[in-house]
Amino acid sequence: MTPLTHLVVAFGALLTTAGAETPRAAKPLIVVATTPDLAALAKAIGGNAVDVKALAKPTEDPHFVDAKPSHIVTLNRADVLIDGGAELELGWLPSLLESARNSKIAAGAPGRISVSQGIHLLDVPTSFDRAKGDVHAMGNPHFMLDPLNVRVIVTQIADRLTKVDPASAALYHANLKWFLGTLDQKLLAWQKELEPFRGAKIVTYHKDFVYLAERFKLEVVETLEPKPGISPSPAHLAQVISRMRSEKVRVILVQPFQSRKTAETVARQTDAVVLDVAQQPGALKNTATYFDLMDSIVHTLATALQEKR
Amino acid sequence: MAPMRASGAYMNVSFVGLTGFDWSTSKDVGALQVGDHEPHVRGFAIPNAELALDGTVDPYLKAFANVVYKLDSNGETGVELEEMFFLTTSLPGNLQVKGGQFFTEFGRQNVQHPHSWAFADQPLALNRMFGPEGLRSQGLRISWLLPTSFYTEATMAVLNSAGTTTYSFRSEESSAIHGGLPIERAVGGAGDMLYVPRVATSVDLTSTQTLLMGVSGAFGPNNSGSSARTQIFGTDLYWKWKSPTAHQGFPFVAFQSEALVRRYDAAARDGEANPSLTLPSESLRDRGVYAQLLWGIKPMLVAGVRADYANGDHARYPVLDAPEGVNRSRYSTNLTWFPSEYSKFRFQYNYDHRTGIGNDHSLLLQFEFLLGAHAAHKF
Repeated sequence: MTPLTHLVVAFGALLTTAGAETPRAAKPLIVVATTPDLAALAKAIGGNAVDVKALAKPTEDPHFVDAKPSHIVTLNRADVLIDGGAELELGWLPSLLESARNSKIAAGAPGRISVSQGIHLLDVPTSFDRAKGDVHAMGNPHFMLDPLNVRVIVTQIADRLTKVDPASAALYHANLKWFLGTLDQKLLAWQKELEPFRGAKIVTYHKDFVYLAERFKLEVVETLEPKPGISPSPAHLAQVISRMRSEKVRVILVQPFQSRKTAETVARQTDAVVLDVAQQPGALKNTATYFDLMDSIVHTLATALQEKR
Repeated sequence: MAPMRASGAYMNVSFVGLTGFDWSTSKDVGALQVGDHEPHVRGFAIPNAELALDGTVDPYLKAFANVVYKLDSNGETGVELEEMFFLTTSLPGNLQVKGGQFFTEFGRQNVQHPHSWAFADQPLALNRMFGPEGLRSQGLRISWLLPTSFYTEATMAVLNSAGTTTYSFRSEESSAIHGGLPIERAVGGAGDMLYVPRVATSVDLTSTQTLLMGVSGAFGPNNSGSSARTQIFGTDLYWKWKSPTAHQGFPFVAFQSEALVRRYDAAARDGEANPSLTLPSESLRDRGVYAQLLWGIKPMLVAGVRADYANGDHARYPVLDAPEGVNRSRYSTNLTWFPSEYSKFRFQYNYDHRTGIGNDHSLLLQFEFLLGAHAAHKF
């Protein structure tokens, strides 16, 4: 065959295939999530009816995502935007939305799901004073590690997806039912695994595990950052070390983007262990879904607390 | 729970205060950097204090205003409505209109406010073409986000062409460019407006590297004569790498460069120094380029180097003493430390070579603070 015949045959085949594809599957809803944890929930609820993209990388600090032009394009084409809504994305999302000019995902539109609405936020400041560091005015935005918050959030996501895309309502509700059932079972298992360590004291880098601690009855006694968003200083670390020694705190949690070196320095002087944990699914191995992520965090914590008893 | 805002329910309010301490071997410090930006005296300076207001007007519009207070070399305070514009949020067809007074989208740095600059001073190329205040004026800008798979945005601004902030066009200061007395030139039609088209495009080279490029133009009348015109062309490039495990946005490496050329068609005009002398009509060409590299070493610490070059095809009869017209190269290095997101210290050294004037060394120290709402960062 000549190249031209090739082309004609290929083109013909293309037309036939396109014609044969009836009834055509509905185009998936384009769902953009600011962070991978929200994206994982959207995938769980939306299934094949949605095409989900996360803006932040799982390994990077979600407070400081670059407002890259490619994100403008992603947001411009979105049918639904899921954001935390408690100022976690305050440093980068507003300028992206301004450039994206997409009224479907504007605040108040059905396509905009700000999940912190309906969540009881912790650490809500009683006064606004930046001498206390970069405290979020609405409260602590790292609320996804409390499974009961996730219960509220997935329900909200399913309701909104149904509103925006009623054709797939049955799928969203079936997925929600499955997710909530699994979550309830898992929560019992996680609570059981951590029950022996009720009241155990831990140290974290940032104030990003307070919801986990609250739900599973752990106590975050110190953070390596002296104040939210302020880099650890030698004076503050000395204070953390002395407190860890006197209260026998043996576990320090760090996320992939936080300074492991700082945590190791403290751990060496306190006979503690540094635990690599992540809040974003996909940042560490075998943590692609919310359940995998929580399994990993709970198991890592329980193992370390057992060993360091 | 009702959302609560730290900075007011319907409007973000912020105040940026910039203070400096500068020293230079040049006795005429003010000639090193035009306008009120540093360095402008030996000693302390308050080159910029901005009151910024922004918010959503209604479901269709956002608005922004920037009021600048600045102290000149005698300590006199000047107040300026630097920017004030509305921005549409929901026009169809991926269009967006901005109207009011605003820094025009030409190149990369022109739209940035001093607190977003990576160096204490402005690149020479921008100073030469746009004067001390940057290119901004009253008008309208329409932008179209193209339906391409990668980011491509086309913008077109139509602006008034008169005033200090349209330096290369109908500006009272234009005699610094052409050496003659500026004429009174009224607006007669569409050709007397300033047109600023721009196309910018960006691709993510890898998941950690982004490239942003643009070409811009500025076309309008100048006041050396009744039909004289100016054309400015510019290209810009920005490349950034950010670690996949970035903490507070660090570490990163960013490269930025802009090149500009200006063709200023000067009409036959009366000399400024000697009005009885008529200067012949001529076409003046100026060029300028800069390149800067920033290294975000670890959280809150950035080191930078910059090379600057500008040359001037100055008016054939340089009847006035205009140091900003000479061939000049400048090399700068700086270190910036952010104690928090809301304050910064910057230490900068400039080595300056100006043909016919000589070599100078300058030190610039800056301290800046921010009160109130923290505006979202742009890329």
